[in-house]
Amino acid sequence: MDGEELTEQETALYDRQIRVWGADAQRRLSKSHILVSGLKGTVVEFCKNIVLAGVGSVTLNDDRLVTEELLSANFLVPPDETVYSGKSLAELCCDSLTDFNPMVRVSVEKGEVSKFSADFFDKFDVVVISSCSLSTKQSINEKCRKSLKRIAFYTVDCRDSCGEIFVDLQNYIYTKKKNDEAVECLLEYSSFEEAVSVPWRSLPRRVSKLYLAMRVIEKFEELEGRIPGETSAADLPKVQKLRKELCEAQLLDESQIPDSLLERLSEGRREFPPVCAVIGGILGQEVIKAISGKGDPLKNFFFFDAMDGKGIIEDIFRQKS
Amino acid sequence: MASEQQLSAIKGAKVLMVGAGGIGCELLKTLALSGFKDVHIIDMDTIEVSNLNRQFLFRQSHVGQSKAKVARDAVLKFRPNISITPYHANVKDPEFNVDFFKQFNVVLNGLDNLDARRHVNRLCLAAGVPLVESGTTGFLGQVTVHIKGRTECYECQPKPAPKTYPVCTITSTPSKFVHCIVWAKDLLFAKLFGDKNQDNDLNVRASDASSSSQQSEDVFERKNEEDIEHYGRRIFDHVFGYNIELALSNEDTWKNRNRPRPIYSKDVIPVEPVSQNGNQAKNLVAGNPSSISAMASLGLKNPQDLWSLKENSAIFLEALKLFFSKREKEIGNLTFDKDDQLAVEFVTAAANIRASSFGIPLHSLFEAKGIAGNIVHAVATTNAIIAGLIVIEAIKVLQNDIKNYRMTYCLEHPSRKMLLMPVEPFEPNKSCYVCSETPLTLEINTHGSKLKDLVDKIVKAKLGMNLPLIMHGSSLLYEVGDDLEEDEVANYAANLEKVLSELPSPVIGGTILTVEDLQQELKCSINVKHREEFDEEKEPDGMVLSGWTQPLAVEKNGKGSTDNGASTSRVSETTSLVMEDDDELQIIPAQIAKKRKLSDISSAASSDASSFRNEAKFKRKAEEADNNNDVVMLDGGSSENSKKKREQ
Repeated sequence: MDGEELTEQETALYDRQIRVWGADAQRRLSKSHILVSGLKGTVVEFCKNIVLAGVGSVTLNDDRLVTEELLSANFLVPPDETVYSGKSLAELCCDSLTDFNPMVRVSVEKGEVSKFSADFFDKFDVVVISSCSLSTKQSINEKCRKSLKRIAFYTVDCRDSCGEIFVDLQNYIYTKKKNDEAVECLLEYSSFEEAVSVPWRSLPRRVSKLYLAMRVIEKFEELEGRIPGETSAADLPKVQKLRKELCEAQLLDESQIPDSLLERLSEGRREFPPVCAVIGGILGQEVIKAISGKGDPLKNFFFFDAMDGKGIIEDIFRQKS
Repeated sequence: MASEQQLSAIKGAKVLMVGAGGIGCELLKTLALSGFKDVHIIDMDTIEVSNLNRQFLFRQSHVGQSKAKVARDAVLKFRPNISITPYHANVKDPEFNVDFFKQFNVVLNGLDNLDARRHVNRLCLAAGVPLVESGTTGFLGQVTVHIKGRTECYECQPKPAPKTYPVCTITSTPSKFVHCIVWAKDLLFAKLFGDKNQDNDLNVRASDASSSSQQSEDVFERKNEEDIEHYGRRIFDHVFGYNIELALSNEDTWKNRNRPRPIYSKDVIPVEPVSQNGNQAKNLVAGNPSSISAMASLGLKNPQDLWSLKENSAIFLEALKLFFSKREKEIGNLTFDKDDQLAVEFVTAAANIRASSFGIPLHSLFEAKGIAGNIVHAVATTNAIIAGLIVIEAIKVLQNDIKNYRMTYCLEHPSRKMLLMPVEPFEPNKSCYVCSETPLTLEINTHGSKLKDLVDKIVKAKLGMNLPLIMHGSSLLYEVGDDLEEDEVANYAANLEKVLSELPSPVIGGTILTVEDLQQELKCSINVKHREEFDEEKEPDGMVLSGWTQPLAVEKNGKGSTDNGASTSRVSETTSLVMEDDDELQIIPAQIAKKRKLSDISSAASSDASSFRNEAKFKRKAEEADNNNDVVMLDGGSSENSKKKREQ
């Protein structure tokens, strides 16, 4: 289809997954370029999944110097100070990921992701960001949207035993099999900014409480100028106060965002590895779908909470006027 | 992050993992990251190239090494201070007895076959150790929790049985490509390269051809000094030409079917041998017998390509020639193996030529290999998700958090907005012969069936026993074990060949047999009922066991792919354990989705409707997965019956 055939080596290595998504999808994967920023446990899981799947290249961005806490859910870097001392998280992950699949080019891009120009994002088919502020999410999403080609944009966050994925595929057309006929489907996505500005009163009925709670925490970090993810139990009173304000402004009953959930989220600095595996797996699957054009992509939020075990899709969409 | 209680439960736990494959690699990693300190892991497999796309603890340089050991070393690199004990062994080995299992707080399965799953289930029940069971295929997966007396055991619900095809569909009236594959693999390949003493239906086809079938037994033998090229063409013309002509002479068969077209080698490939010298040289360079390839000889590279009839015929002849010239010593002992390149080439070509004859669309080697080898689809992401869910359940089990146990389905398409759907576990099935002591009833012809039939078809195949012992009252009829005296062994061997009613302690209608597996600590009573006649089509075993949960007719089975090569016209259920490199899902039986109350769906007013939709989805999935299934044949099928037998 795209011309080039898979090599013998690729066919042997990817045999089992070609049986899932076909040789065309595998070829598209091998030509895709992915930018990943913020390399905590969930994102490391994601990187493993796409490197194994055989994407063309993965560019890692995370200048943070490695600390023991940053490695709590990281299986790429040995917890040995003599190994990691003085190196950035991206550098260390890069060495290890390269080893997983020699057919994938893994590299490091230094710098602060929020400062990258729109041109920079043009090089990628997929952008995944994590551990960043509300405003960074919004501005990178906008830069991706300005590109002439479609860049699939994802954010992912895990706190305590909860995780959230956001997806923006802009206007996405894919073929779906219905009664053995190929039907063309169009999905219209909202940007992150549009999605989170949907008034809470007009959200889908019984929207996941996690959606609301994550918005409160996100806003709290933004207002307080916190490094994303750097909250603690001590912040709870302030977080609760913010919840009250937001709920009043949005005409929503405060009980929709339970204390217990806010407490877990604000304490949840360290990741829970099983949740990283689940969220990193779902995100990997979604990115593979978007690149390969195979399968229905999720629209546009995904939530998982290990407490109830549910993995839920929410469609939070801003109607264009 | 885990709470303090969770952490202390995790730190104090001793965990047994069975399987270090697709799920196993992910699971061991997640256990280590989550803070588990003492993990034992059993896997008999070694690493293969096709594992590397998802079993991320392994590298190219590890191919051929023990999965359990390499997985341990890889995980210790990022969590050096934990204890991981690997066993490169079969979980059914006697060393892994009930006492062995008792030392663990929880057992986590990342297995790929029904047989081993049943075995581990029984040991967990006997040892009183909780079991977290799992499976994946493609984007689908599931995790279940089994606690003796609290939740259903792994065998409380019917497990899908192997797919079967009536013999006549395979030998005379194929209508799908899979029928051609079964013919090529189980009949032709077995006939030419397998055990000559095996029954084989290759030439028993037209009922009026009995006179020629005697003769044709010799057709497949290579005559002394017969030129290999000549022999290949003779086989080709016999199976694709002469046999089709013979079948065509049976007019009744073709009233409502398209008539097949006989194909003779000279019409496809003129008799003029292909450039021999060049081929020879290539094969000599290859050296290693596993790299002998007809595709390579003929310059065909891409396994995804569809070959023309001519190419298939050339591959057929070339592969046959290579078997006889390069691998002559193996002939007579070969069984089909999906990792045997030449065997896959031969089967692909033969199936395609037959498909051509019958007007069935041809398939690439890649596709044919998947069907013939029963290769399960597998991706890293599903395994990672399932492994995460296993650990979440394992932590609950360690804290004895009974009310929160869940079985979780990982779906490809959302159901009620859910991609990960938790469901409350079932109560134990009171009529389960494994976890409750329900007697079974066996209808059998006690004057016709031998003890051997009972052992093979019931005790091993149906009851899944590994080292069985059969007693009638206080007299032992049969026993297996290393510690038997010679005279006992001889005695039991003699008993096996005896008809039930003629055993030293005769087994007749009304007899109650006790069947026991000392390793699994499973004991069942079987009430014997004498019956003279059995329907060959519906009851091919010639005996019927009831009081246990019957397997569903079609869908997924738990067999490995390697042992089916020499299947005769009987349903050949295997008891041998072959751990494959793939993880396989026990497709969720549709009725479970209906019967089970889904956990806290207080919300959905439409819950019933969507639950049914969901059920349909599982059914569809089951059917899809079925395309890839293991294939076993039933004997004596007439075409009318064959309709019933087919799954769609």
